[in-house]
Amino acid sequence: MIVDKMKKRAPTAKIIKNNVDIPIGKWVKCAKCNEIIYKEILRENFNICPSCGAYFRMHINKRLETVIDEGTYEKFDLGIDTVNPLNLEGYEEKIKALRNKTGIQEAVSSGRGKINGEDVIICVMDSGFLMGSMGSVVGEKIAYSMEKAIELNLPFIIFCTSGGARMQEGIISLMQMAKTTAAVSKMNDAGILYISVLTDPTYGGVTASFATIADIVLAEPGAMIGFAGQRVISQTIGESLPEGFQTAEFLLEHGFVDKIVERKELKDTLSKLIKYHKNN
Amino acid sequence: MNKKTAWEKVEIARSPKRKTALDYIEKIFDEFIELHGDRNCKDDKAIVCGLAKIGNQNFTVIAEQKGRTTKENIERNFGMPNPESYRKAIRFMKQADKFNRPVITFIDTKGAYPGIEAEEKGQGEAIASSMLEMSKLKVPVIAIVIGEGSSGGALAIGIGNRVLMLENAIYSILSPEGYASILWKDSSRAKEAAEKMRLTAQDLYDLKVIDKIIKEPSGDEEESFFKVSNSLKREIKAIILEFKGWNKEDICENRYQKFRNIGEYKKLEESL
Repeated sequence: MIVDKMKKRAPTAKIIKNNVDIPIGKWVKCAKCNEIIYKEILRENFNICPSCGAYFRMHINKRLETVIDEGTYEKFDLGIDTVNPLNLEGYEEKIKALRNKTGIQEAVSSGRGKINGEDVIICVMDSGFLMGSMGSVVGEKIAYSMEKAIELNLPFIIFCTSGGARMQEGIISLMQMAKTTAAVSKMNDAGILYISVLTDPTYGGVTASFATIADIVLAEPGAMIGFAGQRVISQTIGESLPEGFQTAEFLLEHGFVDKIVERKELKDTLSKLIKYHKNN
Repeated sequence: MNKKTAWEKVEIARSPKRKTALDYIEKIFDEFIELHGDRNCKDDKAIVCGLAKIGNQNFTVIAEQKGRTTKENIERNFGMPNPESYRKAIRFMKQADKFNRPVITFIDTKGAYPGIEAEEKGQGEAIASSMLEMSKLKVPVIAIVIGEGSSGGALAIGIGNRVLMLENAIYSILSPEGYASILWKDSSRAKEAAEKMRLTAQDLYDLKVIDKIIKEPSGDEEESFFKVSNSLKREIKAIILEFKGWNKEDICENRYQKFRNIGEYKKLEESL
């Protein structure tokens, strides 16, 4: 019987394979252990596979729910919208379709909220939205939030997940790396605590800008993090890549991550770290 | 006027015969002394750093350097910096600030090197830190795109108060091949990508990413090189003069605002 059910569910499982946390059907298949999981159970378990412990990627709303005290999140409304600077065919339609599918406007949400009672400015990226890529709107929202953290003298937290700069917006996307990095420099001058949490996957122009230069860099276990993509690297060097390459654990070993924190521990770890930066 | 296509410019920018950073450095500055090493583990040769003079004015120079021969290209990793290059650059940025020397950077790279060791040593963090250091500088910074300005590897040394670009240079989010491969899953459509990407000097000027296009007169190569070098020298002097008397914080803020304002989006109506 169960086997039958699994077979029947195969198409759904395929859709879910991109690990976006959106309600398609009631079941999802774990990409790591192939276990079929009831979606509600997955949600209650912080989007962690109850069978093998693999981390599913998280929708912005779900991430906020697990980190921010209930009812405290106030989203910043910058009143800006994505445009198509390269006049690429299908870009606007793609954005529109993604908005309908994901229920979010862009690849990052930014706002103010509380973590175990501690006031913070927080940005959360979403890999379900054009691979969390950073175009003009994403760059602007992040830079604005950093400036807001300075203005309000609050810690700045960002949950990173991104393929990097957004190809569809070309060089303007690349320049968002400069913009966000310069804003980090302003936070440093102002003595603002900046904590970056690297989640699966964090690559390219995001790794090479704000994500890796926080005061404290945390990462989720097993998250894939790097500058160049694995395909590009193996093509360039003509070899296969070593086991565990570009995982959070690899980055910790090489000194680029302060601490790997289990998803369920993130909220408490963040509030604890914030408290270490108070009353000085 | 002969209008070149974007792809033709890509080919010119990449040509092995194109003048490299050291060629320009020797021509523009009255004196130049190269200094080496990241003080951690290596002297990565894809970025050249040193001190230079025009008259009495001292400069810190940071330049991405492609090889002019096959042997030199191998030594210089074809101008693709490893993290040690960016860390060397950071060391010289700090000194520029300490000794109040304006910084001139020359951008010419296919991109930061994508390798195992580069990742182990934090390529992403190195690029980010280089941009962070540049953002903090209290001296004028002039970045000049002379050939290929590709991806974060180029931008890493591109945070200038003024960004200049040679007429036939290119500056882009990624190589046209990489772009076509990511967007259309077909790297053979690079030509088409080049036309779409807005990577020519004129495009970047229109997008306000660069401040000035340096004309490259056609015809005799050496004569063109001579003229371009002279234009660059003139521009550098003029910009330095412009910032004379500015206080340090304002110089830094000027650079911040330049990049803070880059972005293409539309304002939504209030009614939302």
